[in-house]
Amino acid sequence: MSLLEIRSITKNFGAIHALQGVDLDVARGEAVGLMGDNGAGKSTLMKIVAGNFLPTSGKIRIEGNSVEFHKPIDAREAGVEIVYQDLALCDNLTAGANVFLGRELKKRAGPFSMLDYAAMYRRAGELFTELRSETRPRDLVRQMSGGQRQAVAIARTRLSDPKLVLMDEPTAAISVRQVKEVLALIHQLKDTGHAVILVSHRMPDVFEVCDRVAVLRRGAKVADKRISETTPEEVTGLIIGAIEAA
Amino acid sequence: MTNSKQSQEDHAAIDESITSRQEVSGFGAILRTQPFWVFLALVALGLVMSFVSDAFMTERNMFNITRNMAFFGIMALGMSAVICTAGIDLSVGSLVGLTGIVTGLIMQAGYGIELGFLGCMLVATAVGLVNGILIAYLRMPPFVVTLGMLSIVVSLARVVSNNQMIYQFGPDQDLFEWIGGESVLGVPNVVWILIVLTAAFWWVWRFTTWGRWVIAIGGNAHAAKLAGIPVERIVVSVYVVCSLCAGLSAFLFVGYTGSVTNGMGFTWELTVIAATVIGGANLMGGIVFALGAPIGAALIELIRNSLLLAGIPALWQQFFVGLFLILAVLLEQIRNRGGK
Repeated sequence: MSLLEIRSITKNFGAIHALQGVDLDVARGEAVGLMGDNGAGKSTLMKIVAGNFLPTSGKIRIEGNSVEFHKPIDAREAGVEIVYQDLALCDNLTAGANVFLGRELKKRAGPFSMLDYAAMYRRAGELFTELRSETRPRDLVRQMSGGQRQAVAIARTRLSDPKLVLMDEPTAAISVRQVKEVLALIHQLKDTGHAVILVSHRMPDVFEVCDRVAVLRRGAKVADKRISETTPEEVTGLIIGAIEAA
Repeated sequence: MTNSKQSQEDHAAIDESITSRQEVSGFGAILRTQPFWVFLALVALGLVMSFVSDAFMTERNMFNITRNMAFFGIMALGMSAVICTAGIDLSVGSLVGLTGIVTGLIMQAGYGIELGFLGCMLVATAVGLVNGILIAYLRMPPFVVTLGMLSIVVSLARVVSNNQMIYQFGPDQDLFEWIGGESVLGVPNVVWILIVLTAAFWWVWRFTTWGRWVIAIGGNAHAAKLAGIPVERIVVSVYVVCSLCAGLSAFLFVGYTGSVTNGMGFTWELTVIAATVIGGANLMGGIVFALGAPIGAALIELIRNSLLLAGIPALWQQFFVGLFLILAVLLEQIRNRGGK
């Protein structure tokens, strides 16, 4: 049984049909590359699965149970974490504070409960070490490089040990070495039984870590193939429409 | 071999020195805050004044300065929260008038100080809620909403008071005037309240999720929303907190002066916002210091007091407050440029 089942999802924004009946399955320990040109509907699909907005029609099931995500928090509680393309970090807070944003650790101090800085910085430090990132929990995000910000955004998803991790262009705008680190992390997520959806424009990344690749074009899925049964050339053809469907 | 090891260590050292520059902790962090520099200006001005005027360092004058600044300091604590979310509240000055009148009317009618205080706080809460809901849920600009509210509240104060002055506060008049006007251990009661509130806000900003979330919203409201923070509710609560601070200040001020007219608090919002910004708040949001509010309010009061003692006509007062406001923001700009 698939961990995530997406069934005939459509999404209209007024007259614009962003998604037109998309199906997609992801199993445990599987990484699926989601590709397509700008405006093909990749981000819209991700935002629906992450609970940013409801689909116009269609169903999402997680572990066989029908789910309806009205808010991002609903998706998170169902075990879905997302790394946003714009990383969605607060520049004025430290890396550690960003990792724990919205789910801060607290301890008791007499009648009060207070933020547990020591525990949060320790855990954030462990997560950065796991990611082999040099990011330091007490540094302000404002002063960080693209790769370090990426590590913060990815560390956020690791807090809750999610079932499914959505990654929206995680390797855009970071250094070659850090791309390798992110890809290594995706391998690690797969090995520990997590499902991953990787939205990316970078063909080599998708072919390195993904088991399957799904291609969207103008809001419809035009291909869903095992990586071993396709080639970058074929996928490129599907994305730009030179190949109608496969 | 030794050579390469050597160079590796050098690189490690360079890496360390580059990255450690970003560390935010300890005394270095204090040096980089606006309130610290304004505090230095405060001390410097105080030193100069102690030479210029013999009356400056007297206990009586210190008592007056700290008491006068406390009313604005309390309001600036609340304003800091609003400005931290990149908002503004222009209605606090006129709200001082309305809540003062409401307190006066309730106590004049003989209902006692508890009900007077409760009524004062309820009116403040209501105004804060309306401001907050319009701003957070209807996404109206804070400037426009609170400017409108300023006008509405001024008018309400005139209507409710029927344009009369109130100077009799029923059975609890003595207690009421003691709270606002007297002192304990040589320190005015209102200053004690400012100290306690500043400590409370320091705790809130540093150790509570509410404080953390307000700062996060000021930094990136979109990210805060995606992280599951109830942004709208928090923003509403921030405007309520700001209004409550104004209400409390009004309650104390009426007790201090022993009378209230509906013109009380008029244009105070300008002084409060100036104190908040001088104290290190950034109108772009995301920055807040609990200590900034009393320090900013103290500087403004000190300027006023210094001009008085130095024999400069009071007409110049606003000029120097404005000058310091601009200088404070300029200072922040320069420090930010140097820090990057």
